[in-house]
Amino acid sequence: VIGVTDLTRLSASEIASAIASGEVSAVEVAQVHLDRIAAVDESVHAFLYVDREGALAAARAVDARRARGERLGSLAGVPLALKDVFTQRGVPTTCGSRILEGWRPPFDSTVVGRLRDAGVVILGKTNMDEFAMGSSTENSAYGPTHNPWNLGRIPGGSSGGSSAAVSSYEAPLGIGTDTGGSIRQPAAVTGVVGVKPTYGGVSRYGLVAFSSSLDQAGPLARSVLDAALLHEVIAGHDPLDSTSIDAPVPPVVEAARITDVTGLRIGVVKELSGEGYQAGVEQRFREAVELLAKLGADVIEVSCPHFVYALPAYYLIAPSECSSNLARFDGMRYGLRVGDDGTRSTEEVMALTREAGFGPEVKRRIMLGTYALSSGYYDAYYGQAQKVRTLITRDFDRAFESVDVLVSPTTPTTAFTIGERVDDPMAMYLADLCTIPANLAGNAAMSVPCGLAPEDGLPVGLQIMAPTLADERVYRVGAAVEAALGDAWGHPLLEEAPSL
Amino acid sequence: MTNVAETSALLPYSEAVADYDPVIGLEVHVELSTASKMFCACSTVFGAAPNTQVCPICLGLPGSLPVANKAAVDSTIKIGLALNCSIAEWCRFARKNYFYPDMPKNYQISQYDEPLCTDGWLDVDVDTQDGPRTFRVGIERVHLEEDTGKTLHIGGATGRIHGADYSLVDYNRAGIPLVEIVTKPVPGTGELAPEVARAYVTELREICRTLGVSDVRMEQGSLRCDANVSLAPLGASEWGKRTETKNVNSLRSIERAVRYEIERQAGILAAGGRVVQETRHWHEETGVTTPGRSKEEAQDYRYFPDPDLVPLAPSREWVEGLRASLPELPAARRKRLTKEWALSPRDMDALVNAGALDSVEATVAAGAPPAEARKWWLGELARHANETATEVSALPIGPADVARVVELVAQGRLNDQLARQVIEGVLAGDGSPDEVVAARGLAVVSDDSALGEAVDEAISANPEIAEKVRTGKIAAAGALVGAVMKATRGQADAARVRELIFDRLGVSG
Repeated sequence: VIGVTDLTRLSASEIASAIASGEVSAVEVAQVHLDRIAAVDESVHAFLYVDREGALAAARAVDARRARGERLGSLAGVPLALKDVFTQRGVPTTCGSRILEGWRPPFDSTVVGRLRDAGVVILGKTNMDEFAMGSSTENSAYGPTHNPWNLGRIPGGSSGGSSAAVSSYEAPLGIGTDTGGSIRQPAAVTGVVGVKPTYGGVSRYGLVAFSSSLDQAGPLARSVLDAALLHEVIAGHDPLDSTSIDAPVPPVVEAARITDVTGLRIGVVKELSGEGYQAGVEQRFREAVELLAKLGADVIEVSCPHFVYALPAYYLIAPSECSSNLARFDGMRYGLRVGDDGTRSTEEVMALTREAGFGPEVKRRIMLGTYALSSGYYDAYYGQAQKVRTLITRDFDRAFESVDVLVSPTTPTTAFTIGERVDDPMAMYLADLCTIPANLAGNAAMSVPCGLAPEDGLPVGLQIMAPTLADERVYRVGAAVEAALGDAWGHPLLEEAPSL
Repeated sequence: MTNVAETSALLPYSEAVADYDPVIGLEVHVELSTASKMFCACSTVFGAAPNTQVCPICLGLPGSLPVANKAAVDSTIKIGLALNCSIAEWCRFARKNYFYPDMPKNYQISQYDEPLCTDGWLDVDVDTQDGPRTFRVGIERVHLEEDTGKTLHIGGATGRIHGADYSLVDYNRAGIPLVEIVTKPVPGTGELAPEVARAYVTELREICRTLGVSDVRMEQGSLRCDANVSLAPLGASEWGKRTETKNVNSLRSIERAVRYEIERQAGILAAGGRVVQETRHWHEETGVTTPGRSKEEAQDYRYFPDPDLVPLAPSREWVEGLRASLPELPAARRKRLTKEWALSPRDMDALVNAGALDSVEATVAAGAPPAEARKWWLGELARHANETATEVSALPIGPADVARVVELVAQGRLNDQLARQVIEGVLAGDGSPDEVVAARGLAVVSDDSALGEAVDEAISANPEIAEKVRTGKIAAAGALVGAVMKATRGQADAARVRELIFDRLGVSG
């Protein structure tokens, strides 16, 4: 490691061991990343807020602990980009929305608390689609984030700020949230690893809710092992979240070190391919499946017949929950307040605040959800969608009777052009076609890079899905693919990205 | 067009119930006295400075999540069991969505179509000229929810949000566990409807108090009641349109509000009008109800299961454990004590209404005969409580003190008058009964030599009365006894004084 001139190119595990051994200080590491952000974020716009002082203070604390001879955790001193949907005491938290502009939460989310305890250095808060609603980060009230592979392309969404920060070497690690694919799709289109843990695997306390039954926090990293190390730090039961699972964290780090898939049964989901899928995406996906077979896995085709209804069910359940979750943003207690001139009623001020504070996509989903929950429509919409959700869960259960993991492309296409789909919500929603089923059923899923699409030279992601609480399987398969492809290419995929 | 509903004169009560049959229904909210709130660890103590018992969770800050309080679930199940309900094996919390500044999240976590307890009943007794009558009130559901904050609207004429200059919100109450107990419609109470309504809430309050699940203080809002009333012409096969009267915050108000609604609705119907189904507000000072939200403005609450909370699935062992832990319920206890103490139902009512049942039972347990215990608690002590505006149970005298006074009287060491002085001393904080007796030198004097002088003085000071007694008007002796008692500051043994007087005057009592 000594002799590497650019510390931003190191993996999280390399940084942690360099700090632990005293080769570099945590402050040095934080500083080079802050410098990198200063150098490139004007073009990438991954960050909404850079917490320079907080980051350096956290780094100094790690150095002090090391100086005292304390044992450091596996990621102590490693910088991280945090999606701006998590509360962090005293640090602005906007969720990409005007309505929360200026709000500094008085409490830490559980994820932030665990990162702090582990000595992870939080560099700042990253851009996102407003309240995590979107697949391109264009729905942020603070302007879009750009894909480091091609600044004219979207970095995915809603965790596009974190995926862009990791892929542009502004941070080795990122935290995102995944409600319908918001970690995996950005990871896929920026050529990094992203994991949605089993629902309930990571506490939602302090994660500003979009759709409570679907939201799940997870890691973004440039390698499967780094993702596993971060997963291990943030996961585990939290008494502050009743939907958090009271079970041991799956052995993800151990699994990420196994690069053997011999005898694993891998199911290719028949329904997640064909019409609407970019040719280069399908090609790289097929090659990845062939690679897995060559590595000794048993590959079979599996049918999940109800997956075709996942998208419409999702667009009833998520908006329904969001219409209720976002009701609290009314200008009465925190954030934006509009029209309070002493002549208007409370209701008028609430309405004006929401009118001015929410962007068009958020309003669209609030209206959709309000309608779907209305008396007389509930059974036909929300109720029906919940039944579809059950059927999708059963599809997974049946499939996992015969296979250990399921695979598909992560997204039907590579990163699209900024502005291309903003006026066509349906086209935008299709970006999450392959990722939504895992959210509806709650199981674990990963996106791992599997090459560049020949027609546009942009990254393609392989999605690996495992049963609930078997998160380690996605790491085992992901690590095998990563290792085999790395050998074939002679370098990590990200090194093919243009340098900024 | 004038609104018949708001202009018709009231129909006098006796006429109203002669022509119309009321159906009542009651919705009672009970704030549980758990140490912490429903979904967070904040304190529930009443009366703290505004917005000091709050945290990110009960303020609904972005990112915060609720976790259900098990003690509150236990309390709700206990109430359900005491009301003979079935306890759900699986149920969920639901969100009730509407915008109001006292709700931090703009939705209330409540229960909707899956309440924790359903389908029970409670028998209540109402005193009539023909003796007590029992009515069975069906219980539709008992469910658990969180309370809202409290708003104070400043300025404006109505004290309500519309027209106010500004409003203050106190979120201390937000998130306090609240149990909602809803009756089935109660028909067939006739003219007794107001009394049945009152008796039901009274009994429910006693049950909650006995279970130890709530302070049930209506004046502090820990027990709140809405009363539904509808009227139909006598013998009609269908019930009429009902109104729901809110803000009924004392037992007396419940009776008054139901009675008022019967008179008001009967007035409308008698004038050929139609009752509007609506929410109405009770006004304690004026004794009337006025319209609130009408059905046209009724909100669509868009209930759906709260995805932040896991379902409640009380196991049968859990429920049976709670059932086994239930204390003796008020009705059973009253029945037992009525029998043990050989009381009439009306005697028992008097004890319950005075809030003295616990004190009397404890006094009896401390050795006093029930009749003596009742006499003191319902007499001297109830009067003192009334004068000092406290509850009998809160007086600075305990059942053991009262039992000791009763014992001293039984031993002849005190008479009634002296006993009252001892009680006054204890109430004044002068110590235990024995300490008061010692300090004030209170003891019955029955020694003839000490009394003889006083008797002689009384006779010579009242020659005319003495003469009457001598000539056979025995009853006149009372005045002489009184004079002796006065002279001895009440310490004389009155019976012995009487004997001495007759002795001196040569008559036989």
